Amino acid sequence: MSDITNQSLNQIIKRIKTKEISSTDLTKAYIKNIEGAKKLNAFVTTTFDYALDKAKQFDNKPNFDQLLPGIPLAVKDLFCTENFKTTAGSNILNNFVPSYESTVTKNLWDNGSFLLGKLNCDEFAMGSSNETSYFGNVINPVGDQLVPGGSSGGSSSALAADLTPATIGTDTGGSIRQPASFTGTVGLKPTYGLCSRWGIVAFASSLDQAGPMTKDITDCAIMLEAMSGFDEKDSTSINKKKENYSKNLKDNIKGLKIGIPKEYRVDNMPKEIDELWEKGKKILKDLGVELIDISLPHTKYALPTYYIVAPAEASSNLARYDGVRYGFRSEKGKDLIEMYENTRSEGFGDEVKRRILIGTYVLSSGYYDAYYLKAQKVRQLIKRDFDDNFTKVDAILTPSTPSSAFKIGEKTNDPVSMYLNDIFTVPTNLAGLPALSLPAGLDKQGLPLGLQLIGKPLDEQKILNIGYAFEKNCEFKNEIKKWWS
Amino acid sequence: MVVMKSEKFDYFINGDNGKYEVVIGLEVHAQVLSNSKLFSGSPTKFGAEPNEHVSLIDSAFPGMLPVINEECVKQAVRTGLGLNAKINNYSVFDRKNYFYADLPQGYQISQYKNPIVGEGKVLLDMPYGSKEVGIERLHLEQDAGKSIHDMDPYNTYVDLNRSGIALMEIVSKPDLRSPDEVNAYIKKLRTIMRYLGTCDGNMQEGSLRADVNVSVRRVGDKEFGTRCEIKNVNSIKFMQMAIEYEASRQVVLLESGKEIDQETRLFDTKKNETRSMRSKEDAHDYRYFPDPDLLPLKLDQKLVDDLKKSLPELPDKKKERFIKDYGLNAYEANVLVSEKEISDYYEEVAKLSDNKLAATWMMGDLFAMLNDKGLNISNSPISAVDFAELVQAIKSGEISGRIAKEVFEIMIESGDSPKKIIETKGLKQQSDPKELEKMINEILSKNKDKVDQYKSGKEKLFGFFVGQVMKSSGGKANPQLTNEILKKLLKG
Repeated sequence: MSDITNQSLNQIIKRIKTKEISSTDLTKAYIKNIEGAKKLNAFVTTTFDYALDKAKQFDNKPNFDQLLPGIPLAVKDLFCTENFKTTAGSNILNNFVPSYESTVTKNLWDNGSFLLGKLNCDEFAMGSSNETSYFGNVINPVGDQLVPGGSSGGSSSALAADLTPATIGTDTGGSIRQPASFTGTVGLKPTYGLCSRWGIVAFASSLDQAGPMTKDITDCAIMLEAMSGFDEKDSTSINKKKENYSKNLKDNIKGLKIGIPKEYRVDNMPKEIDELWEKGKKILKDLGVELIDISLPHTKYALPTYYIVAPAEASSNLARYDGVRYGFRSEKGKDLIEMYENTRSEGFGDEVKRRILIGTYVLSSGYYDAYYLKAQKVRQLIKRDFDDNFTKVDAILTPSTPSSAFKIGEKTNDPVSMYLNDIFTVPTNLAGLPALSLPAGLDKQGLPLGLQLIGKPLDEQKILNIGYAFEKNCEFKNEIKKWWS
Repeated sequence: MVVMKSEKFDYFINGDNGKYEVVIGLEVHAQVLSNSKLFSGSPTKFGAEPNEHVSLIDSAFPGMLPVINEECVKQAVRTGLGLNAKINNYSVFDRKNYFYADLPQGYQISQYKNPIVGEGKVLLDMPYGSKEVGIERLHLEQDAGKSIHDMDPYNTYVDLNRSGIALMEIVSKPDLRSPDEVNAYIKKLRTIMRYLGTCDGNMQEGSLRADVNVSVRRVGDKEFGTRCEIKNVNSIKFMQMAIEYEASRQVVLLESGKEIDQETRLFDTKKNETRSMRSKEDAHDYRYFPDPDLLPLKLDQKLVDDLKKSLPELPDKKKERFIKDYGLNAYEANVLVSEKEISDYYEEVAKLSDNKLAATWMMGDLFAMLNDKGLNISNSPISAVDFAELVQAIKSGEISGRIAKEVFEIMIESGDSPKKIIETKGLKQQSDPKELEKMINEILSKNKDKVDQYKSGKEKLFGFFVGQVMKSSGGKANPQLTNEILKKLLKG
């Protein structure tokens, strides 16, 4: 048989169901790929023995009615996995083994899949290039010297390099969509509250949302269906009926209205991004979609607003990593305060420290009103921009990122230029909306570029449908040579 | 507002330059009575082994999220209603950020800008009249764990059993003016919450603690003085001692021309003094902000209305009723409503016997006995029904008060009913006039000389005759009848 691992998840599921391949052989194929791809540094932890054991169990007693029958999956190392080390890409958790399973991963396992390994990510999901991880940077399979995006960089790299049939990431300001865009894969950030945050190492609670990263839209629908759902353990989880995204996938999008926001045409944006956007518009138009020019006037405030809200919440969320109960503890220091200082100084990397400092500052008395409170007000305005326009359009089309994957080390000394990577993705996190990044083309150097579809709250099905129709007519092909093995 | 009655309010501190008034406000931390913690399912029972009642949420493991315990919310609303306070249908949980080893999250979830309960009031009965104390607010918050510093010379141990338990912080207005008023205020809060079943008020177990804000000002001054906050005082006695010490300290400073520094102080119970803990400059910046893990708490008005309807009768109302329906005086009513169990006991006894006598005997012999034995009304060795039978026996003249005391003692020892005791011991009062007259005639004929003396004017001897009758009847002669018959016969 030809290489099963370069196929999409839905094709693999078909082959499992028709018994063309066993779960064990499938798992072995991925293990072989992973072992040959150490250079990419996509994995923090592998769970091969466990995966083979689960695969064997499946093959002995297969249940083909499940959504993910006998499928091995690697997941971002931000999801707590019972009995398997969960690091969040940080030294401060480098020895942390949870006694519990995150709701989202549990949902995946309950649908027939099992853990293959834990994927590298930016430390506490803070980064846009996977260069802040304590476990080293991840390499983009698209090119030797390129970053895979971040923070779900291990996830995007592993997916594009056929090290996992599909994966999940978390997206606080673009951490699923930007790496998807950089690797020519599909990434969806669902509506805030669609996937439970219980058991996911928190970065910024009001923005964090888990979502699927896949090779195509069908896979994305399957994964979303498997991982989402109400969870009473998360007070911000939305209580609604589960949807059959994969079954309801339709490619007829004729008559839909799609908004094109003028504010997403930013200064110094490479011409290629603009051309890609035009290409996307044309494809949709040809599919019978009505394109409508819209304005989201507060877009320019989204990035500064995000870089107040996210660090503020992070500064508080990360206070629990103090060396007292679990995780790394420095042996230096003569009293409690020194133990804290040394533990957190040695345990956290620079980017995390930077954001804790920013967050602590914006919440400090005397600055709270000027920064945090004002940011919360602007956040409402950004949300209102979307609400106003969603009375006129069904979805919004924008580029996913202002550039293709950049070189390792290119932006590490310039945090602001790094933060600018999230310019198109943060508004939807601030507004809690679903947004899909789908591969749409290549730039001159042959690097993948993505377009973003933003939907109304809980309107995942519609943006998946648009993406589905788009995918069929886009003729995008991600040609990755396996140069690393 | 102080309505002057017979006694006058007189708690002032005299300095060389005048009289000072003490201004006190309390932040009471009352542990919510609930089976589980404010944001987790861990049990709240006191007395478990260290770290036995700790969930992943309480110990702040990565990815753990708080979920509000509805019962705690209801308890806070009930308490608010009991304090005649405004219930806020919209309230917000905030994070109060600070580092400490027994604070696993690195923040305490509390309510800062939008508490669940707003302004209310509490009435105090003081010897100089009724006094109203304003409630500023009541909010819900998590308790921290406990650091144990004396188990090991080098290490501190942490017990997280208390971590995450729901507390109500009840903030008073600066309306209190003396340690006695503080005593009355805490007791009143405790009574109200125990009536409501929202806090057991057990100070030994730490269910009720307070931060005490103290300032002084010259009598007549309009502005408040600079206040100091004395942290975490866990008994009324210590609160009173701390206030007395702190007020005097402040007066001495002012008298010597110095200023009061606004600061947080600790009360050293061994040395009986307050000590500076941190100054205003060193005060923590808690960086409060709304907890993004929790949605704002929105209360349905119907829920509030339903809770209001289901509230028990509260002490102030009950006191009024006791005065009106049972003809008690204010003092008696006050004592009998001080604990719900006492008032229940009283009502049961009164219904089966006599209102006034029941009150007198409960507050007298019954309370004295309970006090002696270190018991409370709920575990009294004498049931309300038996006690009522005793009171009724007195009321009907079946036994005298003196015999009643004897019966009461036997009841405690034997657990028998008064009826049985009176019967088996033959303690029934002799109330048959004929029999009594016969007995008295015998006594008089035995003491002819005394009768003569009496008749010739030595009227003091009347008591002697009564004593003889009692002696001869074993104390069972009806005193009233005895008097009447004696008088009649001695006249003749």
